[in-house]
Parts: sequence; C-alpha cells; structure tokens
Amino acid sequence: MAIIEQPAPVGAPALPAAPTPTRTYGALRRPVATTGWKSWVFTVDHKKLGIMYGVVAMFFFIVGGIEALLIRLQLAAPNGKVLSADVYNQMFTMHATTMVFLFVMPMAAAFANYFIPLQIGARDVAFPRINAFGFWTLVGGGIIVNLSWFLGGAADGGWFMYAPNSGPVFSPSHGVDFWALGLQITGIASLTGAINLIVTVLNMRAPGMSLMKMPVFTWLQLVVQFLLLFAIPVITVALFLLSFQRNFGATFFDVSAGADPLLWQHLFWIFGHPEVYVLILPSFGIISEVLPVFSKKPLFGYPFVVFSGAAIGFVGWGVWAHHMFASGLGPVSVAVFSIATMAIAIPTGVKIVNWTMTLWGGKLRFTAAMHFAVGLIVLFTIGGLSGVTHSVAPSDTQQTDTYYIVAHFHYVLFGGAIFGLFAGFYYWWPKMFGKQLNERLGKANFWFMVIGMNLTFGPMHMIGLQGQPRRMYVWTEARAGEGFFNIAFWNMVASIGAFILAFGVLLFLINVFKTTRSKEVAPLDPWDARTLEWMTTSPPKEHNFDAIPTVHHLDEFFHRKYEQDPNTHEMKQVATAEDILREQEANADKHIHMPSPSYWPIVLAGGLPVIALGIIYSIPVAIVGAAIVVLALFGWSLEPSTAPDSDFDPPASGDGTKELAPLG
Amino acid sequence: MTTTTEAHADHAEHQDHAEHGMSIRGYVTIALILAALTALEVSTYFVDFGPFFMPVLLILMCVKFFIVVSYFMHLKFDNKLFSFMFYTGLFLAIGVYAAFLATFKFFTA
Amino acid sequence: MADTAVHHAEHGHHTSTGLSNNKLGMWLFLGSECLLFGGLISTYMIYRGRVGEGPRPGNVFDIPFTSVSSFVLLMSSLTMVLAVAAAQKRDDRGTTLWLTVTGLLGATFVGGQMYEFTAMYNEGLGYTTSLFGSAFYTLTGFHGVHVTVGIIMLFSLVAIIKRSNVPGDKAEVVELVGLYWHFVDIVWIIIFTLVYLIPA
Ligand code: HEM
Ligand SMILES: [Cu+2]
Repeated sequence: MAIIEQPAPVGAPALPAAPTPTRTYGALRRPVATTGWKSWVFTVDHKKLGIMYGVVAMFFFIVGGIEALLIRLQLAAPNGKVLSADVYNQMFTMHATTMVFLFVMPMAAAFANYFIPLQIGARDVAFPRINAFGFWTLVGGGIIVNLSWFLGGAADGGWFMYAPNSGPVFSPSHGVDFWALGLQITGIASLTGAINLIVTVLNMRAPGMSLMKMPVFTWLQLVVQFLLLFAIPVITVALFLLSFQRNFGATFFDVSAGADPLLWQHLFWIFGHPEVYVLILPSFGIISEVLPVFSKKPLFGYPFVVFSGAAIGFVGWGVWAHHMFASGLGPVSVAVFSIATMAIAIPTGVKIVNWTMTLWGGKLRFTAAMHFAVGLIVLFTIGGLSGVTHSVAPSDTQQTDTYYIVAHFHYVLFGGAIFGLFAGFYYWWPKMFGKQLNERLGKANFWFMVIGMNLTFGPMHMIGLQGQPRRMYVWTEARAGEGFFNIAFWNMVASIGAFILAFGVLLFLINVFKTTRSKEVAPLDPWDARTLEWMTTSPPKEHNFDAIPTVHHLDEFFHRKYEQDPNTHEMKQVATAEDILREQEANADKHIHMPSPSYWPIVLAGGLPVIALGIIYSIPVAIVGAAIVVLALFGWSLEPSTAPDSDFDPPASGDGTKELAPLG
Repeated sequence: MTTTTEAHADHAEHQDHAEHGMSIRGYVTIALILAALTALEVSTYFVDFGPFFMPVLLILMCVKFFIVVSYFMHLKFDNKLFSFMFYTGLFLAIGVYAAFLATFKFFTA
Repeated sequence: MADTAVHHAEHGHHTSTGLSNNKLGMWLFLGSECLLFGGLISTYMIYRGRVGEGPRPGNVFDIPFTSVSSFVLLMSSLTMVLAVAAAQKRDDRGTTLWLTVTGLLGATFVGGQMYEFTAMYNEGLGYTTSLFGSAFYTLTGFHGVHVTVGIIMLFSLVAIIKRSNVPGDKAEVVELVGLYWHFVDIVWIIIFTLVYLIPA
C-alpha cells in the first residue's frame, strides 16, 4: 500500500497514469534490491534506517569514549604529558560535540525511527524518503565535524564555542569552520527528522489509538521532536553568524569591533537548554516502557508523565540564561532565570515519583534492562539535585566553570540519557534482531558502568567545589591540597573510574558480538510486554503488521493477552503472543505496497558536505555541491514515493499505484 | 488535544470543501485592504504622526500579518491543528526573542 | 491496497487526523522558520545602532523605493492565491498563468533588492563595514534567498504542470508552494516595518 493514506478527492476525475521510469528524471530505474548493500544504502524502510542510525551512533560513542579516556589520562596526575594544551582543547571540544550531536541524539533517533511506527501501529513513517535523507545527512555532518582532525586540527573552543575563543585569533585552524558547518548539516537532519516524526505520530496512528492511548516512549519522543523543531533554527542562526564571521569577514562576535559577546551565548543557550531535554527525554521514554513491563503494572499516573513531559518541554524555553549567571546579566535577569530554573525541577520530580510508584508493589523482575532503568532513576536524581544547586545563582557563581558542573551534567547525561539508551538496548534487542542479549553479561555490563560512572563523576563534585576549573589542561601539585579533599587523589580515582566505565561498555560490545554469532532465537514475547511493537514477528516484517490493529486500550497488547477475571478482579492470561500473531496473519491485508527505495536521499544528502568543504576551501566546489543539491531536489520531486508497478522486476501485479503520492 | 483531533477527523471531508471558501472577489478585496494599509504605513515616512508613529506602525504590521495568514494562507478556515503548529512557533519566537532582547536592555535603554 | 483503502474508508478517515501529511509538514516547517527569522531580526535589532565609521540606517535606506518593492511582493501574494484557486478548479492554464505572474513579481522584488544592495554599497555600506551592515545584509539576504528559492519552485512547478508530470495531487502541491510563498511575504511585512520604517 502506499504508506501515505491521503483522501482520494471525492468524485475527482481519474488521475493521469503514474509516470513510468522513462518519464521520470531518475536517469536510472529506481533501486528495488531487497538484499545486499543496495538494499541498505537506498532503503527508505524506517527499521533499516533505525539500525543504521544505531550503528553510526555506536561508532561515534566509541570515538567520543576514546577522547574521554585521553582527557582522563591527561588529568590523572599533576602536570600531565599525554596531550599538549592545544590538543587537549580539541579533545574536550570534540568529546562533547561527538557525544551530544553524534551519539546521544542519533541513538535516540535510532529508537525513534525504529519504534515510533511500530508503537503506533503504522507501516512506516510519513515521509520515508525524508527519513533516509535525514540519516545520510547526519552521516555527512558527522564526517565534516570529524574531518578537521586530519586537516589541520579540530575545533577547540568548547562545545558551546564561546566568543572570542571561536574567533580566528584564538582558533586559527579550520577546526571551528568544520565544526560550524558540520553541525549545521546535522541540524538539517534533526529538523527534517522532527517534521517527519511529528507528522507520523499525528497522522499515522492505527485506528482507535487516540493521543492518550499512545505509549509513553512515543509521547516523549513527540515532545522531543517539537523541541528540535523550534530549537534547531536558533542554533542555525548562531552557526550561520559564526560561519559568516569566520569565512566572510563579518564581526558579529568580535568585541574589538563593537560586538556584544553575549549574543552568541544567548543564541547558543536558547538552543542549548531545550537541547538537554532533547537528550534526556527519549531515555525517560524508554524507561517508562521498561519499568511497567518488569514491574508487571501499568505506568503509575500515565497522564502525569505525559503532561509533565510536555511541561518540561515548554518551561525548558524559559531558563536558558542559567548558563550565564556569571556573565553580568544584571540582577533582574538573574532572578527571573534563577526562579524559572528552580521551577523546572518540579515536572522532573513528578516523573521520578511516577517511576518510583510504578515499582511500588510490583512483581519486579531484575533483568538487565530493568537494572539500567532503576540505575537511571537513582543517578539522574543525583544529577537533578546538583542542577538545583546551580539554579541558585549565588551558589552557581561559586560552581560555574568548575568540575562541579562537569559532575552535574555527567550524572544527568551519562547516568540519565545513556543509561536509558542501554535499557533500550537490552529491552528491544530481541525485537530488532530476534535474539536476546546475554543477561548475565548484561548485568556485568551494568555493574561496571555504575561503579565506573560513580567513581569517575562522583569525585568531580568534590574537586569542583575545591576549585579545580573546567577545561584546564593541567593541574599542579601545588593546588592539590591535603587530607580527604586532596584533589590529586580524587583525580586519580576519577581516571581509574573512567577505565572501569570503559570496560563496562566493552562488555556490551562483547555481548553484541556474542549474541550476533549465537543461533539461539528469542521467544516472540520474551518480557511479557505491553505495547504494539511486540505484536508482530521479531524482527518485524518489512510491512510491520500483517493487519493494522485496531486499538482499544493504552497498553493494547497487554490487554489482548490479559483480561480481568470478573469474580476475583485479577488479571488472567487469555491469549499468548503467538495466538495474537496467528490471528493477525490469518486476517492479513492483501496487496500491501510499501514505499520504494530511492537514490535521491543519499544524493541530496551527499551534496551538503561538498558545499561545506567548498565554503571552507574554494567557492567553486561549493557551487558544484549546490548543483548536486538542486539536481537531486528535482529528481526527488519528480519521483513518486511508491514505485509504479512497472518498476518492479518482474512487474508487481495489483492496483497499488493508483495512490496519491506524498512528497516525502 | 485528543478530543479536538478526533473530532476533526470526522469533519475532515466537509472541512475539505469549506477550506476553499473564499471567492476570487474576496481575495481581491483583501489585497486592496492590504494595499491601503501599506499606503498608510508608508505615509508615516512623509507625514509626522508624532507619538502615534510607533504604535501605528506596529499595529499595521500585525494587522497585515494576520490578514495574510488568516485569508491568503487559509488558517482561519483550515483545521485548527495547522494554526496550532504555526502559532506555537510564532508565539514561542516572540516570547523567547522578546526576553532575549530584554536582557540586552533593548526595550528600556 | 484496495482492501486497505476500504478498510480505512470504513473508519471514516485516511490519516488519523484526516489532514494531509504534506500540508501538516509544511506548517510545521513554517512554525520552525519563525524562530529562524526571529533570531536574525533580533540580531539586527541589537546591532542596528552599531554603525562604527560607516553610514547609519537612515542614510542608506531609500524608503520610497523599498515601499514599491514591498508592494510588489505583497501583490504577488494575491496572484499566488489566484493560482491556488485555479489549481483547485483544475484549471491548468489559469494555474500556470498565475504561477508565472507570481514568479515574475517575486523576481522583480529580488531585482529591486539587488539594486538596493548595490546602491547601499556605493554609499559606503559593505557587508563588513559595520555590525549594522553585517546584520542588515544577513537578515535581508536570508529573506532574499528564501524568495529566490520560492521563485525557483514556482517556475519549476509551471514546467512540471505543463508536462503534466506532477507526482501526487497537483492542487495540493500548488497550495504548499503557496503557503511557503505567503510566509516569505509575511516575513517581509515584518522586516519592512521593523527594519525600514522604524528608524534606529
Ligand atoms: C533538574 C533539572 C536541571 C537543572 C535545575 C539544571 C540546572 C543547570 C544549571 C543551572 C547549569 C549551569 C551551571 C553553570 O554552568 O554554572 C547546568 C549545566 C548543565 N546541565 Fe543542567 N540542569 C538540569 C537538568 C539537566 C539535564 C536533564 C541535562 C541533560 C540531559 C543537563 C545538562 C547540563 C549540561 C550539559 C550543562 C553544562 C553546560 C556547559 O556549560 O557545558 N541538565 N544545569
Ligand atoms: Cu540548562
């Protein structure tokens, strides 16, 4: 079926016959391979794209992780010699940039892509080609950001890239140019992805699935996509101004030319604070799926979790200047932003209460996924509390730019965002690959990560309050102090912790490797799950569901398996996952036509890095890139999203192409 | 939000027709109004409006903006969800950037 | 597909909201663009007084000239709406005619902007002359690029309709381009007042 179900205009004259391949601008017949590399590179299938997002994100996780280990090696002992001051600056800048933009965001996008359509009972996303475009754009952006390592040095102004550090005086290499243009490109990926997923959630839900029957993961991802939709353009402006300053001689952030250095800071953090919710909310969504399943209870206060998610998304727009308390904003601004920041802890706290109450009185099963989910609750709470301590402006002026801040954001990001993603890996692996990750290794993975992460980031609270500044490439014995608060000791602890943490991650990779090689097939419903994505085969068929389910309940799948006994009021199993699947297969829709693969997304995405390189090195190259983009756009808009039957080899039979094609 | 979306689903078919409700004449009238408002705006350059200068210009700007959005872009007749999408972005932008300019003492200095 | 179509018809809708994906996507995009132009306008607002040694806004703006080109862009919104109306009546000739007129009006606006930029440059306001200059050219340049992209879309659409090669619902494609075009127009309504008519 054409995935985009548009109303056929009532009584409209017959549409002209769908264009045949010779009439489209696709010089070649469109790709139709279902196996081999072509089936991946030209795919528009949300599941394949989800997996590809995951692989790329994992790659960057390893890159960012190695950068982190180098930083910790440098700081383990006084007068570190591992990195020079210059390389150290590049290292922490690229570590943060990689982790935020190239690991957590893409990994969250991987889950969003893979599971949103499944959770809402759809066969794909609203704009499958835009989905593919987003993925390849991310890859292009990631390459551009990292290419600078090999072309004269990477960006070195911190991930927030404050002026004047971003200017040519303090950052003479092309690193910042690559950084700005690369992030601009990944921004395009996020923006198109946001539009695509919002439309998908609003428009492609299975019959009966009202918004308040949607799984929480889908809900919180919806909030995330709205945050991206409105936050990305702000960083786009900032990055353009930066690029124009560096490449075309403008002076937007150059104080000596009369500019206001706070302009960048404001634009960056107007984006930056919503961005931190972009990083954490997907993980909140994941554990809101995991906790009920392994407590065998519905999520406590579903509407509160949903609305507090939306509230976080909204209030998150009014707190950005808490990153700038020390910049001389003036007392009124500081007071307003300080209070708003305290307020945002409330909806966050609501969620923690809901999760705890979900566990309360449940039949808990401590699987690996559950370990990570509970780990998130605890570790995130610690990070949230230190966040509240910096919302108090006078206290923050003591903390800002010290390791105390580093401790805060690693508790929320590592203990929060990343633990959530790992919960997702263990929970959804059997769904995505039909095989279960090893539970024992998974628990070892968890314990090494928890211990490692607390050893690494816990002491940073102390060394920060002792006054060790962020972003300093060495510290000296003279500053170490003595007794319990001796920072020399705690720096060493933090560095050892980092390696324990890294070992935990290594265990995960080993687990993946072993699982991939094993022949053991996972049961259809290994966790006794609750939501629609489990109501199909593992891995799901290309069209996800044989018959689109009609939804009657929140946790539809659970309610198909269990019914309340009228006498005892206890939930009793009335069907197994296998029964439900069999019933679906018996009622399968006929003639399901899926959106077809296409060359254009990757061609279009490929033009963008060429433009970026051109802007940095030579404008004619940029023009070639722009030409590729224009050409691809034409090819794209002339190609129907679902291939006409004649494109198939042998031609498909049936009447699936009489659809109105979507533009995406 | 649930209820509105669901309710609209039922009306989708009718909505489709109502959406094209404006006549050509209507469009031309709107354009004439816009032209007149623009003439008024430009007149502030030639005639001294005294203390009213700024408010008049700002009000005219908003009126023109919403006329184009409501009539030419059909938001007035279209599904409320479209308005929600657009106005969320618009009012968020106004709120955030007004606060941003306020921190630069733009409105007070 | 016939079966699924029937299946959906039974439920009385084809998408969960009954609205078109494409149109929903376009409105989301326009909502997002508000924050883009908001950022550029605010940047200009902060920097409009920082003229350094260069000319002040009042010295370089030619209000009568810009008024005319603003008027041209405003009227292109009328012709665009007429194109949409024609497309909905399945009147291909009317559609292409009005699309072409819209594109030409848009091109007139961009031409006017080029003339204006040249004149300002000759009066001593280059891109790097002052913060005011950089911010002004960046803001209006971004808008100009948006108009240019719109013009390309309009003329491409004309060509495609002539070859009756539109994948999907023609009236809807015209409507979507129209939404984009009107948006570019309303951004100019704001820029014209805030940048040109209200002096620094
Ligand atoms: C209870 C909620 C939270 C509060 C009240 C809070 C508060 C703060 C404050 C005031 C700062 C600025 C400190 C300074 O630089 O002086 C900060 C920094 C930071 N926060 Fe949070 N935060 C919260 C949650 C989060 C979450 C959920 C994340 C991400 C997942 C996060 C990520 C960060 C990051 C990355 C920084 C450092 C930015 C930098 O300077 O590089 N925070 N937080
Ligand atoms: Cu923040």
